Amino acid sequence: MTPPVEPEDENYRPRLIRSYTITAGRTAATVELPMEATLRLQAGAEAPMLSPSAAQVLEVCDRRSVAEVSALTQMPIGVTRVLLGDLIEQGLIRIQATITEKSSADERLELIERTLRGLRNY
Amino acid sequence: MDYETTKAQRAAASTKIVIAGGFGVGKSTLVGAVSEIDPLRTEALVTNESEGVDDLSGVPTKHTTTVAMDFGRLTLAEDLVLYLFGTPGQRRFWFMWDDLCRGAIGAIVLVDVARLDESFSPLDYFESKGIPFIVAVNEFDGVPRYPVEEIAAALALPDDVPIISLDARDREQAKGALVKITEYALMRLRESLTVNAN
Repeated sequence: MTPPVEPEDENYRPRLIRSYTITAGRTAATVELPMEATLRLQAGAEAPMLSPSAAQVLEVCDRRSVAEVSALTQMPIGVTRVLLGDLIEQGLIRIQATITEKSSADERLELIERTLRGLRNY
Repeated sequence: MDYETTKAQRAAASTKIVIAGGFGVGKSTLVGAVSEIDPLRTEALVTNESEGVDDLSGVPTKHTTTVAMDFGRLTLAEDLVLYLFGTPGQRRFWFMWDDLCRGAIGAIVLVDVARLDESFSPLDYFESKGIPFIVAVNEFDGVPRYPVEEIAAALALPDDVPIISLDARDREQAKGALVKITEYALMRLRESLTVNAN
């Protein structure tokens, strides 16, 4: 196994190399993670040894969305989802509710009404 | 855990509206006009354009390309954040749209009157998926202004789809478009509930 390429290397092509290696070949996150879903650190969770990429994701994810974590870490959205899925499975973070296919009409209604109130006052 | 806490945890903490339209029609401009942060960019890796995205099997080859999506953020309340996602304009990246649109309140289709034909496919997409959408005509400087009724006719818009004109650079007008799509989505949902109840 080759050692990780250091970012100092001028030929380093972070995105391609990372996406090929850091998820150990996995392509699907273990939990559903919509682009807009907000992540929260779990209080009191003890962080185990994490890969540098996972640690980077953990560092920036609190109160941010999946898309923001992807943008801030400059990792593709698919890679970001796999890493976030791992952190959720390890109990280090949780995902806050969003509207999904499974949401009830009442939940949708409540969300759209809150959004409308918020936008009018924005 | 008391009831209020449970309820607060169940309530959605974030939501999104999709900004669609042809390449260069002003999607990023509109997002930037209302976003509280400088718009951010997320990318997906595309390994085989004809088969859609598989952004992790990305063996680095010349066939790997990236598709970028710009988005903005509006904090609407202490417990609610709205994200605006611009869709990738090029037709070959449309497989990303399902991902972007899942769970969205609705979509704003931005239209450039000089290139109306570029709007047909986005309109077809949202109609076929049953996603509420409005049409917003972006009035660039120097572009002849047509009455929105004429544009609606040229686009063969269904009668109930709202159409507005705006300057995508203007914060208040961009915000007005967001209010419009949210009102429309709310009306559509209430109507569907009434139909189901009867």
